[in-house]
Amino acid sequence: MCRPMADIDVAIIGSGPAGISAALELRRLGVRKIVILEREREAGGVPRHCAHPPYGFWEFGRIMTGPAYARRLVRLAAQAGVEIRTLNTVLDLLPGGVLDVATPQGRVQLQPRRVMITTGARETPRSARLISGERPAGVINTGALQAYIHLHGMLPFRRPVIVGTELVSLSAVYDCRAHGVRPVAVIEQNSRATARWPLNLFPKLLGIPTLYHSEVVAIAGMPRVTSVLVRGAGADQKIACDGVLLTGKFLPEASLVRGSDLVLDPAAQGPAIDQFGRCSDPVYFAAGNVLRPVETAGWCFREGRRIARYVADDLAGRLAGPQGAAEIVCGDHVKFVVPQRLVPGGGAKHLEIRVRAAVQGRLRVLAGTNIIFEKNISALPERRILVPLRVLAEHGGDRFKVEIKS
Amino acid sequence: MSEHCIFGEKFDIAVIGGGVVGCAVARRFTLSGAKVVLVEKAADILAGASKGNSAILHTGFDAPPGSVELRCMQAGYSEFLEIRERFGLPVQRTGAIVAAWDDEQLEKLGGIVGKAHKNGVADVERISRADILAREGEISGAVLGGVLVPGEFIIDPWSTPLGFMQQALANGARILRETELLSGRFDGGDWRLTTSKGELHARTVINCAGLFGDVVDQRMTGAAQFEIRPRKGQFVVFDKAAAKLLNTIILPVPTERTKGIVLTPTIFGNLLVGPTAEEQTDRSKATVEREALEQLIAKACEILPALADVAVTATYAGLRPATERPEYRIRYDSEKNLIVAGGIRSTGLTGALGIARHVEELYETNNEPGPRLNDPVWPVMPKLAEREARDWTRPGYGRIVCHCELVTQREVEAALSGPLPARDLGGLKRRTRAGMGRCQGFYCNAELAEMTRGRFAEPMDVPSDG
Repeated sequence: MCRPMADIDVAIIGSGPAGISAALELRRLGVRKIVILEREREAGGVPRHCAHPPYGFWEFGRIMTGPAYARRLVRLAAQAGVEIRTLNTVLDLLPGGVLDVATPQGRVQLQPRRVMITTGARETPRSARLISGERPAGVINTGALQAYIHLHGMLPFRRPVIVGTELVSLSAVYDCRAHGVRPVAVIEQNSRATARWPLNLFPKLLGIPTLYHSEVVAIAGMPRVTSVLVRGAGADQKIACDGVLLTGKFLPEASLVRGSDLVLDPAAQGPAIDQFGRCSDPVYFAAGNVLRPVETAGWCFREGRRIARYVADDLAGRLAGPQGAAEIVCGDHVKFVVPQRLVPGGGAKHLEIRVRAAVQGRLRVLAGTNIIFEKNISALPERRILVPLRVLAEHGGDRFKVEIKS
Repeated sequence: MSEHCIFGEKFDIAVIGGGVVGCAVARRFTLSGAKVVLVEKAADILAGASKGNSAILHTGFDAPPGSVELRCMQAGYSEFLEIRERFGLPVQRTGAIVAAWDDEQLEKLGGIVGKAHKNGVADVERISRADILAREGEISGAVLGGVLVPGEFIIDPWSTPLGFMQQALANGARILRETELLSGRFDGGDWRLTTSKGELHARTVINCAGLFGDVVDQRMTGAAQFEIRPRKGQFVVFDKAAAKLLNTIILPVPTERTKGIVLTPTIFGNLLVGPTAEEQTDRSKATVEREALEQLIAKACEILPALADVAVTATYAGLRPATERPEYRIRYDSEKNLIVAGGIRSTGLTGALGIARHVEELYETNNEPGPRLNDPVWPVMPKLAEREARDWTRPGYGRIVCHCELVTQREVEAALSGPLPARDLGGLKRRTRAGMGRCQGFYCNAELAEMTRGRFAEPMDVPSDG
């Protein structure tokens, strides 16, 4: 391997909405050489295989499908002079921003002036859900289903059971029905759908029974799925099916961070950042769903753009330093907070919070024993809660705790 | 050569079963100049007991002294280390610690060292609590002491037997997959074997049928001389982030019934905990059970508290072909030209090469040794170990198909071609590791479905008009 290539201003890892919007913004702000490293054959990220609306409303003022949205992002990037290197797999994030990269032409090292990590998120697979039973083919995540249908023109099953009621679950129902796949049931462990009304009515409108308070406890069949055992309020029931679609329960795709010296937040499962999106090694920034599970494409797009501005400021020597960070930690009922650090001087307007389970009560932010912010909330998991960061910044301190008193 | 013409030929040796033992036996006899055919009922080899083990190369320090099992393990251990470089097969010299967690276990350590020395594993010694903690920074402080077994290593559990079989094939052996042995008739000189695909003609039959060893024995002789009692072992594989937490294999102080639950690094850079030991009657269905998996995770976290923050990458269950007696069930019926290598219940990966030698010695008590091949072909196996230069480090690999395990298009295509192509997804995973990483196919499952179109016994997708 030769010496690291050092002519890149910002390398962005991942070409989904967060990565491309960051690149566009950096170019708009006059940053010269932006390279996006994308490990897939085609740029665009997850929207490439989400063949349904609504994408693009915030960004482009019109509603479009995922693939159209992805193509538009890629086209804009090309027009803006952003270089997208597909089939480039980043292997390691080394100290000081050195990137170890596998390419079909051989392994290279890059040393851009700044790095943005925008590697997105993926769903929790069957193994990590510890579902019992046999291990046949046809037990997959929505991401894989979409790839079967939209990237390869194939079907992994015809009559699956769908587990979960997040937005992505409804997207899966949509995809199934559009391609002659007839889900036999939707299984939700909670008492209500995770997705908001009225989207949560979608399966019902299609005549697919939704079983709440229920869980797939075992999978049967070999080499293909023949049935699942579902445990609900009443007796266990066996449902005949030929596949199991495990939707949602997203995890940041933060393997690179786990393998590096960067600090990972075990709560959000992404890199720990300050309000500028800056990681523990100040050459690295992160944006989008790698920060936390999981937000919409539109949110990631805006987040990428916002953090790109801080990166541009940093390149120009205008960004507040990483010193003097206060930590923001999770208290009762709080699953994670992003950012996890607050340094003096500007940056993101909001602290993003999620809860572990449905909860009603008083959301409080404490600095030591002082309550510096509180409000009544009724929160559901997988829904974003925002707290103004200004309140924390104005109060000052070196440790804040966010909790919900129910 | 097509499978069809195999049925017209006469073989010296028919091996029944393409597990690790069958592969080693086929290799051994092929290298000794015999004309060998291996018959496997599944779509691919290594589909039974051999697909799910703990991937440890054992020294035999705790095997029953004087047993055939010990002899086979030690012969297998030495031969593997002698030949592995020619195959390009990896070994990671981790060593193992038998860790004691209470006073009762602590008292047994002396006996473990004594037994190891009796078994000829001379470098086994006591290790103090302080030395364990110095060697393994993340291990729980609750450990009281242990026995260090420097010679226990980790290896690639699939490339190893695949290498044995590839070598057999490269030197003239034949294989029939998706072919079940239905019955056998010995005419006083030769065997006529009725299989699901046709009649095979062989002089000697070697039963290496693993979980179906007794069924094959019964089909060959009319009455099985042992009874397989499948013992299920469940495992949990932790994310590669865990690899840095542990260098050494951590073994429990064994009980009467089982070697117990092991926490070990894998050659692929993960951490593995298991197996459970659960008796069952079903010979093919190995289910994972949430409760057992949770117990395994809890056990692993007890040993290595930092694992609590590490994600689970995979879970699996394997079946071990235990019998009604806790020993290998190897016998030679010289009147009938029949050798049975049965009951190879948990040390088969280590023991396979030694079992093959043992079987050959039995065979030679009644047969002239053949002319050993002077200059056999040595196939070189793909490099899959985490610490080796994987295929993606060499340009021209096409693209990376499986991002988590960095499996290339070139590797997948190679595994789907050649003399022993993968015939199902399990076989492809064992040959390449595609889909075995942390996302478990989120990114590559569909891509693999397309790349394997027309190659698998059962396609990964379903027809769209149905």
